Amino acid sequence: MSKRKPYQREVSSKWWLAQAFYSKYMLREGSSIFITLYSLILGWGVFRLSQGEAAFNAWMESLQHPSAIIFHFIALLFAIYHSFTWFSLAPKAMDIWLKGKPLEDKLIVSGHYIAFIIVSVFCLVVIL
Amino acid sequence: MANKTIKIEILRYRPEQEDKPSPQLFEVPYSPDLTILEALQYIKDHLDSTISFRWSCRMAICGSCGLMVDGVPKLGCKTFLRDYFPNKIKLEALANFPIERDLVVVMDDFINKLEEIKPYIIPEDNTKCLSDGPHQQTPEKLAKYKQYSMCINCGLCYAACPQYALDTKFTGPAALALLARYNRDSRDAGSKQRMKIVNQEEGVWGCTFVGYCSVVCPKGVDPAAAIQLLKVESSKDYLIGMFKPD
Ligand code: SF4
Ligand code: FES
Repeated sequence: MSKRKPYQREVSSKWWLAQAFYSKYMLREGSSIFITLYSLILGWGVFRLSQGEAAFNAWMESLQHPSAIIFHFIALLFAIYHSFTWFSLAPKAMDIWLKGKPLEDKLIVSGHYIAFIIVSVFCLVVIL
Repeated sequence: MANKTIKIEILRYRPEQEDKPSPQLFEVPYSPDLTILEALQYIKDHLDSTISFRWSCRMAICGSCGLMVDGVPKLGCKTFLRDYFPNKIKLEALANFPIERDLVVVMDDFINKLEEIKPYIIPEDNTKCLSDGPHQQTPEKLAKYKQYSMCINCGLCYAACPQYALDTKFTGPAALALLARYNRDSRDAGSKQRMKIVNQEEGVWGCTFVGYCSVVCPKGVDPAAAIQLLKVESSKDYLIGMFKPD
């Protein structure tokens, strides 16, 4: 008679704490919560704008609140973290071949940073 | 140098005598050129002959000796004691697979997945006769898929994949990399058949791009890249399907 009795290990709900790599991944995924909230607040602002100047100014006013500033600061940190982690992963999702050779990962990543800097500077120039 | 030793804790499981695994500590002579696999062989030869583990080639090519070393999926024959000494090393059977005995896992699900993706060249219908000779391929065409053909089926990437851990229905890294290997081969015309597997929820869309599979892969296959590129293909397939349903 067979004595086989394969043992199935349980997945702990804390699996993402077991390896730093997993924790960083969860942080990257978790950052989307902050980015979603940020977009909702921004979307709300657009909605208030459609209701007239007073409504929009009230919305602007509410953004001055310390908690709003703290939130936006955290959201910015998460957005930067999210972008940079994605930049470093970008070569895996790109299949660019030049003269029969795949484009070097370094070039793809730096291309992303350059585009990021150009867009950021452009936005700043437009705002200021 | 004389008489240095290193402690190795092994998660043991003997189905005929226990219901769940439990750790057992061994102490083996240390030398910087010893691998984990050699330490296991020392244990089997000198300390406890009942210990079970898998191996064959001792040179990172057969893919048999995968196990968790301090919680990280590794090949026993490619991992050296010197990288852990003087600390204790914890060994456990490859994660995310059922334990058959001690460090041996049940790999059936993994092997089935490799078979499911049609891992063979599907030529275009009656285009070529055997007497026409072999299919020619340029080095550039070879380069398109070569990396994905280097897999040794060790299963480390499955042990590294939290999505596979949460739901074993996910086709998983190595099988999808192997699928990419055939879809990217210029001699193959089976992409259409394989895209059905790719497009499923259990196909590439089961992947959330954790990326750890590519870190632990001992052969530089980079299954995460294969999957992300297949996601691009799957999206294209979907868009084309909207305009040109077949
Ligand atoms: S892709 Fe790499 S880690 Fe996964 S089975 Fe193949 S060789 Fe092993
Ligand atoms: S024994 Fe063959 S890969 Fe390690």
